[in-house]
Amino acid sequence: MAAKSNLKNMALSLTLVCLVCSAILGIVYAFTAEPVRKAELAKTNASIARVLPAFEGVPTQQMTSWKGADYPYYSVEGAGYAIISRVNGFGGPLTLMVGIGEDGLIVNTVVLSHAETPGLGAKCASDASFIDQFKGWNTAEKRLAVVKDGGDVDAITASTITSRAYALAVANAYEVYKQLKGDE
Amino acid sequence: MSKLGLVTKGFLKENPTFVLVLGLCPTLATTTSAMNGLEMGIATMFVLILSNIVISLISPAVPDKVHIPVYIVVIATFVTVLQMLMQAYVPDVYETLGLFIPLIVVNCIVLGRAEAFASKNTALDSALDGIGIGLGFTVTLTVIGIVREILGSGSVFGWKFISGDGILAFVMAPGAFIVLGYLMVLFNKLAKR
Repeated sequence: MAAKSNLKNMALSLTLVCLVCSAILGIVYAFTAEPVRKAELAKTNASIARVLPAFEGVPTQQMTSWKGADYPYYSVEGAGYAIISRVNGFGGPLTLMVGIGEDGLIVNTVVLSHAETPGLGAKCASDASFIDQFKGWNTAEKRLAVVKDGGDVDAITASTITSRAYALAVANAYEVYKQLKGDE
Repeated sequence: MSKLGLVTKGFLKENPTFVLVLGLCPTLATTTSAMNGLEMGIATMFVLILSNIVISLISPAVPDKVHIPVYIVVIATFVTVLQMLMQAYVPDVYETLGLFIPLIVVNCIVLGRAEAFASKNTALDSALDGIGIGLGFTVTLTVIGIVREILGSGSVFGWKFISGDGILAFVMAPGAFIVLGYLMVLFNKLAKR
């Protein structure tokens, strides 16, 4: 038997339910805030470890801007820079972390987040033959653009737009690197 | 209905996807692989069981005119709790399911069971109903995921058995509709016997 639907009952039950629910959410949030932060930090550190040669210590995030856009980056003593570069892909923002060594060569790249088509552009996050071509890339010798645009990047089959975005993200990161180097 | 019947009906007689045809948005969107389907099913089951229990307990005290907002608040609370827990302890899963976790709130299976079952039955029966429907949903999503993964990527649960690519369409939205349609035909044909 449901309680009577008068104003007092309705207001009371809704208020009570909302109060209890917000209390529960508050408690769970307090408990999970720390693990969530740790998980995110672990993910970032794992990404940095993948795009740069072995290093010691915990890098801290810094910000810089280039051409009106903000670029978070991590400067690692003796290893180089890990720069987070964000461009528009085919299905939405494509965020990469690009590791550039002290010698100015690209060490490795890793996709942090993307919204590309599953089975096509999404391969940019997993297809080793595509990702590995950027390892040791020397911008003095090779152009960071897909072959179709007169560059040297082999695009993923049927995903030229994604590949183009990927190459652009790496190229932007390199420009940011040059600017950071110039600052010092 | 017997206690066991409450659990097993989710597979055949009241299979949420093939018979009730509820919650098709997550069904179509998250079943790109067997693993994704399984994870989405389990996440939904978690919310379904807990919201069923709580709603069956509070429904006698809730005035009729506000029962939908009250149920939605309860369901949304559990979904948010689930989201925070996943983000904290299984960040990889959280990332693959992404947007579809908050969307469990509006999954019609959850509100549907609250309305049709939990508000009229005891807490124990409602929990069993949640388990049954939840399992049925999980198994169905996993099966759709397996079929789409085999055809679309040539693998099962990430284990690849053919080299090269599968039929791309099955990973994308059209493949979801095609697989769902044929499985529904197959299911109903077998279930009629």
